[in-house]
Amino acid sequence: MSEHLLSLVIFLPLLGAALLLFIRDERAIRWIALAVAVADFAVSIPLLTGFDSSTHKMQFVERYEWIPSFNIFYYLGVDGISVLFIFLTAFLGVICVLASWTGIKHRVKEFMISLLAMQTAMLGVFAALDLLLFYLFWEAMLIPMYLIIGVWGGKNRIYSAVKFFLYTLAGSILMLVGIIAMYYAAGGTFDIPTLMEHKYSFVFQIWVFLAFFVAFAVKVPMVPFHTWLPDAHVEAPTAGSIILAGVLLKLGTYGFLRFSVPMFPDAARYLATPIIIISLVAIIYGAFLALAQKDLKKLIAYSSISHMGFVTLGIFLFNKNGVEGAILQMFNHGITTSALFFCVGLIYERTHTREISAYGWGASRVPYYTTFLFIFSLASLGFPGTNGFIGELLIAFGAFEAYQPYLIFLLIGIVFGAAYMLFMFKRMAYGADSHGHGGQGGHGGGHGHDDHEHKVWDIDLREAIALFALLVFVFWVGFHPEDFLNYMHVSVSRFIEQANVIKISASGL
Amino acid sequence: MFFSAADIFAVLPEMVISGMACLLLLVDLAVPQRKKGLVALLSVISVLAAAFLTFSLTGVDTKAFSGTFVLDDYSAFFKLIFYIVTVFTIFISLRYLKTEEINMGEYYVLMLFSLSGMMVMASGGDLLTIYLGLELTALPIYALVGFLQHDRKSNEAAMKYVILGAFSSAILLYGISLIYGTAGTTDLAAIAEAIRSGKAGGTLFVVGIIMLVAGFGFKIAGFPFHMWAPDAYEGAPTPITAFMSAGPKAAAFAAIMRVFLEALYPAYGSWELAIAAVAVGSMVVGNITAIMQTSLKRMLAYSSIGHAGYALLGVVAGTEEGIAGVMFYMLVYTFMNLGIFAMIIMMRRDGANGDQISHWAGFAKSNKVAALVMLVFLFSLAGIPPTAGFMAKFYVFMALIHKGMIGLAVVAALMSAVAAYFYIRVVMLMYMREPEKEFSLVRSWGIYCVLAVALAAVVVLGIYPDYFVSLANRAAFSL
Repeated sequence: MSEHLLSLVIFLPLLGAALLLFIRDERAIRWIALAVAVADFAVSIPLLTGFDSSTHKMQFVERYEWIPSFNIFYYLGVDGISVLFIFLTAFLGVICVLASWTGIKHRVKEFMISLLAMQTAMLGVFAALDLLLFYLFWEAMLIPMYLIIGVWGGKNRIYSAVKFFLYTLAGSILMLVGIIAMYYAAGGTFDIPTLMEHKYSFVFQIWVFLAFFVAFAVKVPMVPFHTWLPDAHVEAPTAGSIILAGVLLKLGTYGFLRFSVPMFPDAARYLATPIIIISLVAIIYGAFLALAQKDLKKLIAYSSISHMGFVTLGIFLFNKNGVEGAILQMFNHGITTSALFFCVGLIYERTHTREISAYGWGASRVPYYTTFLFIFSLASLGFPGTNGFIGELLIAFGAFEAYQPYLIFLLIGIVFGAAYMLFMFKRMAYGADSHGHGGQGGHGGGHGHDDHEHKVWDIDLREAIALFALLVFVFWVGFHPEDFLNYMHVSVSRFIEQANVIKISASGL
Repeated sequence: MFFSAADIFAVLPEMVISGMACLLLLVDLAVPQRKKGLVALLSVISVLAAAFLTFSLTGVDTKAFSGTFVLDDYSAFFKLIFYIVTVFTIFISLRYLKTEEINMGEYYVLMLFSLSGMMVMASGGDLLTIYLGLELTALPIYALVGFLQHDRKSNEAAMKYVILGAFSSAILLYGISLIYGTAGTTDLAAIAEAIRSGKAGGTLFVVGIIMLVAGFGFKIAGFPFHMWAPDAYEGAPTPITAFMSAGPKAAAFAAIMRVFLEALYPAYGSWELAIAAVAVGSMVVGNITAIMQTSLKRMLAYSSIGHAGYALLGVVAGTEEGIAGVMFYMLVYTFMNLGIFAMIIMMRRDGANGDQISHWAGFAKSNKVAALVMLVFLFSLAGIPPTAGFMAKFYVFMALIHKGMIGLAVVAALMSAVAAYFYIRVVMLMYMREPEKEFSLVRSWGIYCVLAVALAAVVVLGIYPDYFVSLANRAAFSL
């Protein structure tokens, strides 16, 4: 079975979705979806344990002829960069099902089917080594995500769903033109490792780099392509937000790592400075906007823009610390932001509001919840001992090596990050005015049942399991980042080699 | 004019269809009103017989009737499309004709005549044969569009279609006469020869070519010759709309590629720009106008204008890859379009079919399976993977970019993002709005069959298109 392990990981959710078509009972649907997600997570673990981190070569490779007329292969494989994201995606799949357990009340079946189909498409994107196969998975994500936002989202869901769909479609359709242009420039192949080796002329590199860049920048999202994100995040159901923040945004930066830089290194180096500048803008601009938000989900959405700015910055520094920090930060952001969205969804189910000012009693009434929220907030702002600290630190090292003035902007971003997270937490936990019943504190046990207008209860077992699982990764990465960095060392070295090679050829289109 | 047994042999499928059409006209007289299904059944059998004959004639590459009729895999591929269109249309018509109380045997007979015309178009080796086929295709459809005798819209549609159709035929014929005047022949191969030897050329010849572009532009409803399409599509009985949007359009493409890529290919430079302009115009106008429609049939009419634009890009590329791309596009378009029209016929609310886009609101709530099928067709029309619609566009893009026409490919790519908007709007209505009224679905095994086959085709051609792609490749090679 091990030679088909990747296919199994990718298509298990789709099989589960097909199975759900025939199930009527909603309870059964939830449990089966959970079982499928857990099983998928379980089969993704051997990918990590069986991974040989001493080579940058693709592993768990599967390669079969698929559409010979166009020389398209069913070609899968992972290296030290993608393996972590397959693991992350499979893991967040479980969290998504748990997050929708009670939040999704109508059309449960369709929801779970969309969720599982989405899993398959996302896992496929990370594992595809044939450019067209990659594109198929990439575009196929649009359909379930459109439905998840549009059917189960909040008040303004339809507008957000359509905006999401058109933005991402318009962004990625030009990539298709670029992909086909590469196919002919490289002599008729979609094979990603081959395309990485091929030399392209500089003009060709710039154009195709830009075609890919728009597609990826919309997904990341980089300023100024970010406007779909707050809408989509705010309106999506909790699981949708987790998918968006946890995995979808990573696809853009993964695209830079896998395609843009290794395939067009000359264009990438040529355009690195402007990209770094918009990354820095995103870091500060996102943080500023987050500071001003009253809506909890919007705050996290804008914080995502800021955090993803760190990632794109790290990638285009082209040094070991920067790139490793970026990859680790992608992983971290997937964990932390998903956890924060989970927390938001949880409190929204109880109070039906996302206005930060409407809470303000958290610490006394829901102490366990508040504790979790506190830890995840700290992780998000990069507190030492949490995962966020390591990622940001590595990127800061990278920036220091590359060009020291970058650090100033990074520090501004980090300080604002701390400001908006702590400000948010204070308002959530203790209210805008710090007297009141905030004093009883965050360490009290039991449920503080004051009879307010909302019936609010602390986290239940299901929520505790999900949050605890996420918490494990916060501290695991925080205290033992080597466990994760080990996977990527060799692949990142290879990436940096590829980024620094001069590939300009006179021939080509 | 003499002809041999071999000539007769080559046109056997056409003879079966036209012969059976004449015969059924007589049989129909003996069939009582309530049993018109028998005529439909006999029509289907005739089509299957013709399909069998066409199939056994594949691999033969020959010219009959002194070069006016060509039998090759290229024409066989298109005939396959016509057979599918005709059988599907008959299947989705069965219940429709009863509910609309127009259950007459002539309906099927007219469709068979039109089918024989399309077959002649695909096989025409001479401008006049093609013209003959074109008229034979169009005349029965004029009658079919007006088949809802008591419906004013249907009558109006037929009227408009007849007048504009006659007008475009005249333009086409005038173009043919100009080409004949300068080249001295209407034989496709001889025209190419005349251009190469420098005999044909000059202003008159180019005017002739432009007139051909205009004439064929009408037939495929390409911009700026598309005005008739929305009215005709909306007014016609829905199965006929499905028939028109797939069959005659594919036939026109078959003829266009023969005329422009065989006879006029040596004069590529003089028509490339004209066809590219029609293609771009069709994509832009078709897709943007479709956004504003409230009637689903009209929206699909504009969408079909847009799709004609994409397919024309394959012609502009002019390579074998481009030809195969167009052929594959037409095959895929047939399945997704007939599928979606079958859904429109099946969906009824307030005693009317699903013509109004707004009527689809909340459809997914009560009809989960049907809505899912509709969703697949809509995403296929929008060209989102993993559906066949994506593969069709992909193929055309491949041909364009291979030829180095990146600009056209970029326009096409952007326009398909625009197109996605109005397709997913229907999905949005089905899934994200609450239903206002009850839906009552038409239960008809004919529609179920069409939906099942079309759905399977759209999924299979999207995920594993290789068999048909290589079939199209081989057929394009035979041109």
